[in-house]
Amino acid sequence: MNTVNTTITSEVGQPEEAVVPISDEKPAETVIEEGKTVGKPFADDPKFKLRDVDVFYGDTRAIKKISLDIARNEVIAFIGPSGCGKSTFLRCLNRMNDSIDICRVKGSLHLDDHDIYDPKRDVVELRARVGMVFQKPNPFPKSIYDNVAYGPRIHGLANRKSDLDEIVENSLRKAGLWEEAKDRLDANATGMSGGQQQRLCIARAIAVSPEVVLMDEPCSALDPIATAKVEELIAELSESYTIVIVTHSMQQAARVSHRTAYFHLGHLVEVNETNKVFTSPEHELTESYITGRFG
Amino acid sequence: MTDQRSQAEIVRQSLKRRYRKERRFRAYGVIAIAIALGALLTLFTDIIGKGYTGFMKTTITMDVQLDGEMMYLDDPTDERQMKMADFVEPLVQALIKEIPGASEEDRKQVRELINPYASVELRDSLKANPEWLGTTQTLTFLSHTDVDVYVKHAGDDAYSIKLNDQQKAWVDELQERGVIDTSFNDVFFSVGDSRDPSKAGILGAIVGSLLTMFVTLILSFPIGVAAAIYLEEFAPQNKFTDFIEVNINNLAAVPSIIFGLLGLAVFINLFGMPRSVPVVGGLVLTLMTLPTIIISSRAAIKSVPPSIRESAEGIGASKMQVVLHHVLPLAMPGMLTGSIIGMAQALGETAPLLLIGMVAFILDVPDGFFDSATVLPVQVFLWAGSPELAFIERASAAIMVLLTFLISMNALAIWMRKRLERRW
Repeated sequence: MNTVNTTITSEVGQPEEAVVPISDEKPAETVIEEGKTVGKPFADDPKFKLRDVDVFYGDTRAIKKISLDIARNEVIAFIGPSGCGKSTFLRCLNRMNDSIDICRVKGSLHLDDHDIYDPKRDVVELRARVGMVFQKPNPFPKSIYDNVAYGPRIHGLANRKSDLDEIVENSLRKAGLWEEAKDRLDANATGMSGGQQQRLCIARAIAVSPEVVLMDEPCSALDPIATAKVEELIAELSESYTIVIVTHSMQQAARVSHRTAYFHLGHLVEVNETNKVFTSPEHELTESYITGRFG
Repeated sequence: MTDQRSQAEIVRQSLKRRYRKERRFRAYGVIAIAIALGALLTLFTDIIGKGYTGFMKTTITMDVQLDGEMMYLDDPTDERQMKMADFVEPLVQALIKEIPGASEEDRKQVRELINPYASVELRDSLKANPEWLGTTQTLTFLSHTDVDVYVKHAGDDAYSIKLNDQQKAWVDELQERGVIDTSFNDVFFSVGDSRDPSKAGILGAIVGSLLTMFVTLILSFPIGVAAAIYLEEFAPQNKFTDFIEVNINNLAAVPSIIFGLLGLAVFINLFGMPRSVPVVGGLVLTLMTLPTIIISSRAAIKSVPPSIRESAEGIGASKMQVVLHHVLPLAMPGMLTGSIIGMAQALGETAPLLLIGMVAFILDVPDGFFDSATVLPVQVFLWAGSPELAFIERASAAIMVLLTFLISMNALAIWMRKRLERRW
């Protein structure tokens, strides 16, 4: 009987705390000044230098004048309510939005002083440097080996079978999948569990030795154990890669990232060291979001 | 509490109604399928009932005395002598000997039992075996078509038996003794068309169909798949591609005879290609099959999940690599299924081929893409329109052969779809 009572009180208690202040403060009416980001959006010698970025879907302006630097070998998390533009912004970094006809990107986006959206620049080269892991695990319906070897093969990174074997093994080791997969490299990847598939996708992304790995909600389709494994992996990968991760889980952002960026309705509201964002946010919208008042 | 009970009551009542509805709906489905199966069964019984006799031939086996004097022949290797020699007489004499009570006066009636082509067969056999001259050989020949009809359909009023009572009595007698016998009709599968039903076969039509289908396949599959890939993956979305799409869908609904007229006007009159040849037939059927293949291939490409495309692009695969390495292998089963169904349609097509002259009476088995030929459905059309009932049973037999081809092609399509289908 005791346990039942406790559960009920806690269930009833939490929403009350969260609901009441909303009607008083009305955070939705807070005016956001365009292009103004509080905190520390800039870094010295950044990997990505992004200035005044606007993204349009047809006539809709999805990203509004965002400026941000992403430092080398840092893990930066993009958080914010659904539809705030964090995934759209992430996909600008390796031009994944190119395949959407109505999508236009304005502003200056540089990766190591190279203009990402330079029409003369080959998108294939960019994507070899900036890998991506998607929300839903999406291995090719091929063998585990072929999944990892696909990138190196198309980019011609390995000339001999032994080189390719080595790349596959290293990538799977880095993704923490080698022990589970080494005996069934020829098995179809679609037969693996969701968590294994997502780690395979990470292995596939790092097999071409990119400089940056973009992750779009990589754990949203995974159970807590698989999530923990992927998070561990992110921590290890951060030693050699720059990682940009979009997440809906604030705990995850707090656990894995060095810096956190808060997006709101296409604006970049606040960027700061992760512990600062979660303990003493400077902007009231950030505060409302991380305390669970909306989103 | 009362409220709750009445609610449960309402649900229970509506449940009963829902179940009734479901049962009724299921019954409609069962009835529909029963009607379809019934129609199919009637069709098959009719065709098989009428056509199975087409797979049988009537033969006469007798001891033929190859007497040089009777045949005006003393050297079978001499071409000129062979042309002049009489090959009918030994057959007539042999048959007279087989019939008790028949004499030299009945020779005309006896001769009418033997197939007109039997003498040609005898000449060919003797040419191959010159040492037979002067000996007696036991040989088997086709009977006359009238005998064939009488043996197969003696009691059937639909068939007019052209034999007189004397001949009928002889045939009965010979049949009892095993001189006249029916066996599997190998002639039907080894020769082309003929004026004589007993000597008519479908090999010419089968070869013509295969040649035509080959041309259709090697043209329509690559063109159709390439068009589908371009429209689906590379073409910009604008008014012009919309216009193309509408036109492709319209073409799929154009009556096939229009394609025949187009083939006649363009390929034969404008380009001066020969008439009645498999190449032109294949070209016309290609035009007819293309929309089907393009539409089904586009559907197959559309059904490839975007996540596969995205993941390949995310690694840095170029557009071409995404299409070749990922989209195409996954869409291939659907494309093949669509193509096979399109090909099966083309195989059964008659109307457009009539217009480009593939309806001609062609005796020989075609030996190339530019040789006059006919195809199976046109052969059926030709025989079915013949006044001779002996041709009607052959038409039914040819329909069975055509259906066998169609069913095996569709079975192949289903098997391939099951086999190659991949899950993701």
